[in-house]
Amino acid sequence: MSFWTRHQIFEKNSIILIVGILLVISIGGLVEITPLFYLKSTIEKVDGVRPYTPLELAGRNVYVREGCYLCHSQMIRPLRDEVERYGHFSLAAESMFDHPFQWGSKRTGPDLARVGAKYSDDWHVTHLINPRAIVPQSVMPGYPFLSQNEVDPDTIADHMRTLRTVGVPYTDDQIANAGADLKAQADPDNAGGDAFSKRYAKAVVRNFDGKTGTPTEMDALIAYLQMLGTLVDFKIYNEKANLR
Amino acid sequence: MSQPSISKSMTIGESGLAVVFAATAFLCVIASAKALDAPFAFHAALGAAASVAAVFCIINRYFERPAALPPAEINGRPNYNMGPIKFSSFMAMFWGIAGFLVGLIIASQLAWPALNFDLPWIQFGRLRPLHTSAVIFAFGGNVLIATSFYVVQKSCRVRLAGDLAPWFVVIGYNFFILVAGTGYLLGVTQSKEYAEPEWYADLWLTIVWVVYLLVFLVTVIKRKEPHIFVANWFYLAFIVTIAVLHLGNNPALPVSVFGSKSYVAWGGIQDAMFQWWYGHNAVGFFLTAGFLAIMYYFIPKRADRPIYSYRLSIIHFWALIFLYIWAGPHHLHYTALPDWTQTLGMTFSIMLWMPSWGGMINGLMTLSGAWDKLRTDPVLRMLVVSVAFYGMSTFEGPMMSIKVVNSLSHYTDWTIGHVHSGALGWVGFVSFGALYCLVPWAWNRKGLYSLKLVNWHFWVATLGIVLYISAMWVSGILQGLMWRAYTSLGFLEYSFIETVEAMHPFYIIRAAGGGLFLIGSLIMAYNLWMTVRVGEAEVQMPVALQPAE
Repeated sequence: MSFWTRHQIFEKNSIILIVGILLVISIGGLVEITPLFYLKSTIEKVDGVRPYTPLELAGRNVYVREGCYLCHSQMIRPLRDEVERYGHFSLAAESMFDHPFQWGSKRTGPDLARVGAKYSDDWHVTHLINPRAIVPQSVMPGYPFLSQNEVDPDTIADHMRTLRTVGVPYTDDQIANAGADLKAQADPDNAGGDAFSKRYAKAVVRNFDGKTGTPTEMDALIAYLQMLGTLVDFKIYNEKANLR
Repeated sequence: MSQPSISKSMTIGESGLAVVFAATAFLCVIASAKALDAPFAFHAALGAAASVAAVFCIINRYFERPAALPPAEINGRPNYNMGPIKFSSFMAMFWGIAGFLVGLIIASQLAWPALNFDLPWIQFGRLRPLHTSAVIFAFGGNVLIATSFYVVQKSCRVRLAGDLAPWFVVIGYNFFILVAGTGYLLGVTQSKEYAEPEWYADLWLTIVWVVYLLVFLVTVIKRKEPHIFVANWFYLAFIVTIAVLHLGNNPALPVSVFGSKSYVAWGGIQDAMFQWWYGHNAVGFFLTAGFLAIMYYFIPKRADRPIYSYRLSIIHFWALIFLYIWAGPHHLHYTALPDWTQTLGMTFSIMLWMPSWGGMINGLMTLSGAWDKLRTDPVLRMLVVSVAFYGMSTFEGPMMSIKVVNSLSHYTDWTIGHVHSGALGWVGFVSFGALYCLVPWAWNRKGLYSLKLVNWHFWVATLGIVLYISAMWVSGILQGLMWRAYTSLGFLEYSFIETVEAMHPFYIIRAAGGGLFLIGSLIMAYNLWMTVRVGEAEVQMPVALQPAE
């Protein structure tokens, strides 16, 4: 029987055809995806990467909601010009707590993987309200409405609990104090500031949008932007140990 | 309900669906009342309204219809079910125009950012997913559903399986589009490109998709032909694989069952890999396999020639679906994804060039002996040019997946140009060609209202595509080169914003190209509308098809 005659079994049997299709399309995905869950070399060993603070998480959700990832990547490639323009190339470990990842696919605007601490909070407030006030040639939309929207401190613990279920190592302590921590991070005069800083290493406590009262989405988004890429200290990062 | 003998009664499907929708309406009202956020309340209310409408329609249809359901055959000829096909064709045209219009708006926003008006609902970041979903899933999806329901009936010589099920598929699918689209405007997104809809929309789509698979599969099983026609292999691969991809990429845990926000189960690097395994195969199976099925039916039919090589189509089919699934990692070159995965992705992407061109050759060579028809039939010309665009973008794709090329092209407009040569040239044109064929067939018309208008559509749209993709090539390569340019002293030559400024003229040209493409689709909509409204009815029932082999 020739190959072409044998093939008729697929042409005459819809169920066999479907099984054939399923087998053929499974192989590639299984080979490429499953090892990423168990190969130890997939994610580097680094110090400093921690889950997002409640305020940063709220800011990240604003980032996702407004579709920032459509124009800004968060993935610096190990190419000379990128490393010089944006900083050390991105590590897998730096986004290991990201559900979903925000690596992006297009740079209509610059990469943001290490935008943290590059500009002042004032710069960000002005820029987010009207990008062209600071960068006249910019094509970024303005987001003045972020200053008007308050962040809800009461529901953020539910978000963190959900994230814990999918694998982000939030502690009971962090979840129990989520609402208070959210307020404390945007208010330097808040009594809970010290306890907050103990719970989240390297987290910055500042009044990000310069306004008093409940933190706004502007506070949250800037808190998120200001921590991006700041968690790993590359002065002590062991590059050789993590070569893959 | 149970009256003696000939009187009509509700089918199990009718009564069952009515009960299910009544229950759904009730649940949606509760969900809407208890909603934690406004978009969820809105969507739950939409769900309630749609469910009530569904119950009304089912009951109304029951009272309007004759006692017996439509027969599978009339006088020995299959009694084809054209209703859902007409609905999907209409929706395809509607969403197509909407999607192209939103594309024009966001293209203009990039040229003139004041058009964002500082408003959340219409700023670029929310409109962009609306554009991609409207053109891919709303326009493309409706074209695929309409043509697949047509092709599977005709090539199996049997009436579409199910009574209400096909209607459930077409209306349910468009309801999914409505929920997804309004969600984007309200800021409901899980930010996974081309899989942005949140958990409840994903669940609904899963139900609709399973019913779609069942309707298609049962129709194939009931076929009167010994062989399953080539186009149906591609449709099956498309439906099955999209289901697998959808389930693999979207598992997510909602924060609350009364809220729109969820967190995806995968994180970081694994999420990235799942996303582009999904993302590239949405291209491979939605935008390629599905539309290749259209190619394999509509080009032979329109040209009145058999498929060039049946054996080539066998090789084409298996090689294409096997290789495509590996190609995802080429979206993640030089990222934190391990090198071995990137290299695998690149290797298979390059190999993918071969089956792609095999398919192109099979489509183009089907014209052998009938090339003269390209002069006289603008619909066939559209179909053939779409295959040429397919060949072009499936050469460009493997080239861009080579790591060194990708280091320049990635993150730039070159990718956007590549996508649009495939989307406008291949998917757009093959869909237009198919709809130009399908509308007269489904509405039983002798022919189109005006071939001259098709000709105008063809040239206006082609000019638009050329403007679009050449502008994006130039801006993409220009920006890529500017990013890596160094001065003689070893400093980066351009700041980022200088490279943004350099894009401005090309963004205007791109918007102009998109505008022409939109105008073309408006010409098409008018032509199809007039075909249905004033077109002469076909006197005879068309002769049943002969199988290709």
